[in-house]
Amino acid sequence: MLRRSLLAAVAALAMSATAALAADDKPAIVFDIGGKFDKSFNESMFNGSEKFKKETGIAYGEFEIANEAQREQAIRNFADQGYSPIIAAGFAQAAALEKVAKEYPDLKFAIVDMVVDLPNVQSIVFKEEEGSYLVGLLAGMASKSGKVGFVGGMDIPLIRKFGCGYAQGVKAAKADATVIQNMTGDTGAAWNDPVKGGEITKGQMAQGADVIYAAAGATGLGVLQAAADGGALSIGVDANQNYLHPGKVLTSMLKRVDVAVFNVMMSGKDGSFTPGIKVLGLAEDGVGYAVDDNNKPLLTPEMTAAAEKARADIIAGTIKVHDYTTDNTCPVQ
Amino acid sequence: MNLYIELLASTIRMSVPLILACMAGLWSERSGIVDIGLEGKMLIAAFVAASASAVFGSAWIGLFCAILASLAFALVHGYASINQRGNQVVSGVAINMLAAGLAVVLGNEWFKEGGRTPALPPDGRFLPFQFPALDTLPVIGPLVRIFFEHSILAYVAFLLVPLTAWALARTRFGLRLRAVGENPHAVDTAGISVAALRYRAVIIAGVLCGIAGAYISTSLSSSFVRDMTAGGGFMALAALIFANWRAWPALGACLLFGFLQAVGNFAQGASVGGFQIPVQFINMLPYVLTVVLLAGFIGKSVPPKASGLPYTKDR
Repeated sequence: MLRRSLLAAVAALAMSATAALAADDKPAIVFDIGGKFDKSFNESMFNGSEKFKKETGIAYGEFEIANEAQREQAIRNFADQGYSPIIAAGFAQAAALEKVAKEYPDLKFAIVDMVVDLPNVQSIVFKEEEGSYLVGLLAGMASKSGKVGFVGGMDIPLIRKFGCGYAQGVKAAKADATVIQNMTGDTGAAWNDPVKGGEITKGQMAQGADVIYAAAGATGLGVLQAAADGGALSIGVDANQNYLHPGKVLTSMLKRVDVAVFNVMMSGKDGSFTPGIKVLGLAEDGVGYAVDDNNKPLLTPEMTAAAEKARADIIAGTIKVHDYTTDNTCPVQ
Repeated sequence: MNLYIELLASTIRMSVPLILACMAGLWSERSGIVDIGLEGKMLIAAFVAASASAVFGSAWIGLFCAILASLAFALVHGYASINQRGNQVVSGVAINMLAAGLAVVLGNEWFKEGGRTPALPPDGRFLPFQFPALDTLPVIGPLVRIFFEHSILAYVAFLLVPLTAWALARTRFGLRLRAVGENPHAVDTAGISVAALRYRAVIIAGVLCGIAGAYISTSLSSSFVRDMTAGGGFMALAALIFANWRAWPALGACLLFGFLQAVGNFAQGASVGGFQIPVQFINMLPYVLTVVLLAGFIGKSVPPKASGLPYTKDR
């Protein structure tokens, strides 16, 4: 009898503890492989989280994945402690998030770059093809040789989507231009191999490419370096990477994951969180191209005008940029 | 044409760390110390080279510190396998794991960039030599671009091959070292210290791995990222077995592996007879060829007789 009442007391205590924690509604974020200082995708989300912390004074939980096995553990761990919303960064976390989100229907979850169809999950996806189209347009106009390059990270439809949008933009600027597309590899290691990225870039430059777009996480750092060393222009991705090699990075394809993460955290705080799919494109300012002091001299007024016109046309719907992931093909090569 | 020239230049760039690591393995294994830890020593050297170079702004200081770090790891391996007569494979694996973890932990602590080191300025890197005036000449231009536009460390690697071959075959030290790898008892009977000889071999391996690591992070690349050696140490070991523990064939094996890596990077999207070669196929080519060549073409590979065996004096 004593034992049973003790158990009940412990259970009650445990429940009130979780309830107390949950009531705090502290958000948490699980970064993907690559880490929060990859100067790209993850770092951008880290900046969004930091902004939230600065503006609200609410500390958030964070975890950096070191290997595949940690994904589910990390998300579950936050769920156990009652964090909400819990944000999973990156497409690779979908399976883990889906599993945990089902077990904790009262908590809110969000995933970036992938769709998880559950009543307590917000899925944030971007129209990367639209932003890539704009930087492709700029690349096509900046290229003197009529050949441009694309270096992707892991060979997955998401990255092909970047490449396809880019190719469409290049062709819109110069119909006879050649786009050389290469992928770094087939495993997660492809996001973290700047040596290989640099070698691929040198190969593309040897074929005549003079503007090279990297959508490859930390591998892209090698691409930008090799292009800067070899006298070609490069295009950064996700975060604004223009500052890495001032005057040698044409622009960066911005993917505002920082804004997305900030909004999810805010919505969790003020109760406006809604599940479902959020698609962020040019119209929502979810993607774009970066202009700052580092690359201003590289962009002629004609280039900026053409890019702004294309942006308006895409938002208005008069230019339709094909999304590779809808049918796994690209209309241009 | 341009692409083929660049492909051959890339072959040389990719071969350099393999050659250095392979020579390191050759010295170590010829003395009877199996060295699985080539990868770990290169990795810690790559990390230290990039860190020291970032802090002091000099690639040479980076190289010096890298050699010291690699040497420290080599001595740990030496102590475990020579003095303590431990299992050399286990010690090597431990070194690999220690290096992988330590580099990221220290990197994160020092630079707060998630285990990455800051991008290096030109002075902090071993930049390739440039001969822009010669590049455009017919015949000479391509040759210059293939063979002469590399960083100084690449030439160190290529000079080491004849040096190693000569030292092992012609010098007193080299002959004794080989003897200690084949029959340490005979060497001991002759009144020569087995431990001292093996330590010297391990130290040479440490220095060479240090240079290899520095080449990867400060010449091929401009910063350290985690696991950046990407299995190069193991490829060097494969090349060593492939070459039957001899220096000149080892150079050939390293160049072949370097070439396959370069092809993997360059030949993506190439098509043969209208059929596009899948990226995946080209990426796996180096590994498939390694296995096929090892299994089918080199016949029996004979390691040094005392390789991997700790030496115990008979009473």
